[in-house]
Amino acid sequence: MFTAVVIIGLVLVAFILFTLFRVSTLVDVLKGNSEKKVTKSNGFNAAMGMVFMIGGLLLFFIYSYTEFDRYNLPLASEHGAVTDQLFWWTMGITGVVFVLTQILLFGFGWKYRYKEGNKALFYPDNNKLELIWTIVPAIVLTALIFSGWRAWVGITDKAPDEAEVIEVMGYQFAWSVRYPGKDKQLGDYDFKLIDAENISGVDFKDKASFDDFIPREIHVPKGKPVKFNIRARDVIHSVFAPQFRLQMNAVPGMPTTFWFTPSKTTAEMREELGNPDFNFELVCNKICGKAHFAMRYLIVVDEPADYYKWYNEQEAWLAKNPSYLSSVPEHLKEVAIISSGMENNPEVQAVKAKSEEKEMVGAY
Amino acid sequence: MSTTAVHTESHIDHDAHDHEHHELNFVSKYIFTTDHKTIAKQFLITGIIWAFIGGALSIIFRLQLGFPDMNLEWLRPIMGKWITSTGQIDSEFYLALVTMHGTIMVFFVLTAGLSGTFSNFLIPLQIGARDMASGFLNMLSYWFFFLSSVVMFVSFFIETGPASAGWTVYPPLSALETAVQGSGLGMTLWLVAMVFFIVSSLLGGINYVTTVINLRTEGMSFSRLPLTIWAFFLTAIIGILSFPVLFSAALLLVFDRSFGTSFYLSDIYIGGEALPNVGGSPILYQHLFWFLGHPEVYIVLLPALGITSEVIATNARKPIFGYKAMILSMLGITILSFVVWAHHMFVSGLSPFLGSIFMFLTLIIAVPSAVKAFNYITTLWRGNIIFTPAMLFSIGLVSFFISGGLTGIFLGNSAVDINLHDTYFVVAHFHLVMGSASFFGLMAGVYHWFPKMFGRMMNDKLGYVHFWLTFIGVYLVFFPLHYIGIAGFPRRYYSFTNFDAFKDFTDLNTFVSVAAILTFGAQFIFLFNFFYNIFKGRKAPANPWNSNTLEWTTPRVPEHGNWPGAIPTVYRWPYDYSKPGAPEDFIPQHIPLTETPESNLPHEVEKLREEGIEVKAANAGKV
Repeated sequence: MFTAVVIIGLVLVAFILFTLFRVSTLVDVLKGNSEKKVTKSNGFNAAMGMVFMIGGLLLFFIYSYTEFDRYNLPLASEHGAVTDQLFWWTMGITGVVFVLTQILLFGFGWKYRYKEGNKALFYPDNNKLELIWTIVPAIVLTALIFSGWRAWVGITDKAPDEAEVIEVMGYQFAWSVRYPGKDKQLGDYDFKLIDAENISGVDFKDKASFDDFIPREIHVPKGKPVKFNIRARDVIHSVFAPQFRLQMNAVPGMPTTFWFTPSKTTAEMREELGNPDFNFELVCNKICGKAHFAMRYLIVVDEPADYYKWYNEQEAWLAKNPSYLSSVPEHLKEVAIISSGMENNPEVQAVKAKSEEKEMVGAY
Repeated sequence: MSTTAVHTESHIDHDAHDHEHHELNFVSKYIFTTDHKTIAKQFLITGIIWAFIGGALSIIFRLQLGFPDMNLEWLRPIMGKWITSTGQIDSEFYLALVTMHGTIMVFFVLTAGLSGTFSNFLIPLQIGARDMASGFLNMLSYWFFFLSSVVMFVSFFIETGPASAGWTVYPPLSALETAVQGSGLGMTLWLVAMVFFIVSSLLGGINYVTTVINLRTEGMSFSRLPLTIWAFFLTAIIGILSFPVLFSAALLLVFDRSFGTSFYLSDIYIGGEALPNVGGSPILYQHLFWFLGHPEVYIVLLPALGITSEVIATNARKPIFGYKAMILSMLGITILSFVVWAHHMFVSGLSPFLGSIFMFLTLIIAVPSAVKAFNYITTLWRGNIIFTPAMLFSIGLVSFFISGGLTGIFLGNSAVDINLHDTYFVVAHFHLVMGSASFFGLMAGVYHWFPKMFGRMMNDKLGYVHFWLTFIGVYLVFFPLHYIGIAGFPRRYYSFTNFDAFKDFTDLNTFVSVAAILTFGAQFIFLFNFFYNIFKGRKAPANPWNSNTLEWTTPRVPEHGNWPGAIPTVYRWPYDYSKPGAPEDFIPQHIPLTETPESNLPHEVEKLREEGIEVKAANAGKV
């Protein structure tokens, strides 16, 4: 019933519009508009251009001014200050060009609208003008390129040796983050070793992996360089942390990196924004499937002291999953137990006893 | 201008005369036709149908973004199981919607619908040829496009849904069915459709280039070609050089998908198992794809700019400012368009050194683009502007070209791109500079050449209403997207509620969606204006816009062969508008200088004298 009413309504509206159209066509014929070079509409269109241009620019300025804080992303990394400055320089330059050209475009439209008896100026070229507006943009662009290039080289340069190295792996549809643990060495990985628990395929034949830990959120120290070793398990993802001006694709089969220095702690940011619930978020920014929009992960920026405290409190992944001790080569088992810090884990002792038993059985 | 009038009348007589002899049956006249004008109309109407489909898809996903809580149960009759039990769009189908929207708009509407229509229609008419170099290949070009359209359309109705890896179909997502349902049969159909599309595009392109080089009428030198033809010519060259690379990318993807090769796949664990593929590189695909993908931007934009040049000059009643500079800048854009592709890949893991190179090259391409914009504006300066709907759409194009082009300077700068990459800022950028600008070029072309296509006039007033609703609508849709882009909104997100950073902008998204729906609605005004006036429109005069180019010397409705008598000879460039001394404000290209002694310029007289023809210079000392 409701659908029928809607359909009848639409048909009626269409009919009314069509009648209006027919009437206006007939009026045009009566006025002889089709014989005229221009009709009154010409002035109307020219004026509309001005109204649109002035109204649009006003709206643009007023909205940008009043809503600035809402859209301006808070900044929390050192290189971000450089790219932000570049961004706003570009905004300034392009903003001026934008306003001027739109004013000229619609202004000329209004000023030089058709007038009976006027004749346009035959003005086919002017090499000097062409040269000016080739060279001036070229110079401005060169300046932008050069400053952009310097920033880019700095950002993509090799990470400092003392950087905290963290592995970030994207998979459908979450992130897994691995820290190197006390030895500051990330253990090897191999995608063939991935299973339901060992989701990032850590290779326990490498002794650097024994103390690696996999926390539930990323912690990074303020003011220290941090290097993300980025990879993906299935399809391309993208590590995007807008407040750090950080983005790098996570590509299966091709590890990538991005390093940065956080400049504000989460607590400082909460205070600055007056929002006690604020959190830095890691976002997936490359289409990756059904739940692309839900790959959220938390990044916490701590004061260095808090960070190291947190770091040292983390339990190695191997210690939490002692069954993987079986993938550790025999001669490294002792090392694995010690460096992962699970000597005192009763479960491990049980496993250890069992494997020793097995060995003994094997020996017979 | 008595000469033109006489010419036209005699042409109309011929027309009536010829009509009796060339009666073809329906199939060979309207379906398997080799007449470039009919093929152009086939491309146009197919393009319009696709534009409405592509637009409707965007409205559906805008509903999801603008009104996330809305019950979309009423869409079930057309979307079936892709509406979930709670009345929402399925999040995987959402990706299919954005993928198909992009594919359809970029390839089927703005490549085939724009280039296919106007290159076909205008090249023979404006260079003075009876038809394309090969009418048969031209026919094949359309029918391959049609086949491609059918395959792409069918992919909407299969169990697993159409391709859904984004219009760029990056592997591994597009290669693995386990990664997303759409990468199953839907992706296969996508690839098949694209292969047909590439064939169509190449057949068309080869034809355009050959025709422009070989079939120009007497006197139509390259330096007298209308800028439309220059644009179509260069577009065709770009297409011929870049589409085969897309073909190779697609072919390797087919191998990876179906024959177990590892061109793009390596180290993948998915669906509970590690795949055997090693050694491939997903980045290789991105290089191959963007080697077409970036020139593709200019494939859709250059024809629109060419049309705009013609329309602006005609309706400002002035020569296009800097004809040679316009050609040079188009040449510059053509060449540079091949060496900027990796700016789409700054954060893909590309070597930072390559990133620097591509940043340099990318920002250089802004220079010829700027020259074009300035030249359009100068063409308006001291004109005598008539705002036909085509003129309005051309001015709208210039406005979008500037707005969207300027944001390219942000994105082309690799350091700034880090944080803007794949955000809504990019969406805003390319929808303005490539999507809307090209679409406006297409509209300008339709309004301007409708009288030549169908021999009737479109309704002006409806054209004005269509323009203003669309122009304002497009700005209201895409301008706000810059703001949320700066706020970091990622593209291709089904919903933003999962993130603290993004969940507070529903009001803006709702606004954008409402604007999008209104803008889409306004297109039905065009649809009516177009189809109604094909049959009922006022009969067009021979040269409704007092334009200089050759197509207006043909009969009202030209038959196959275009000119009933001899093809006119060309004596001048196409932009002799408001020439000092001339009685009218236009002198068509086929009027000899000897007939216009009152307006000849010194250098023209000089040239004639070299040929042994003595005429006086009326404008000595001027310009």
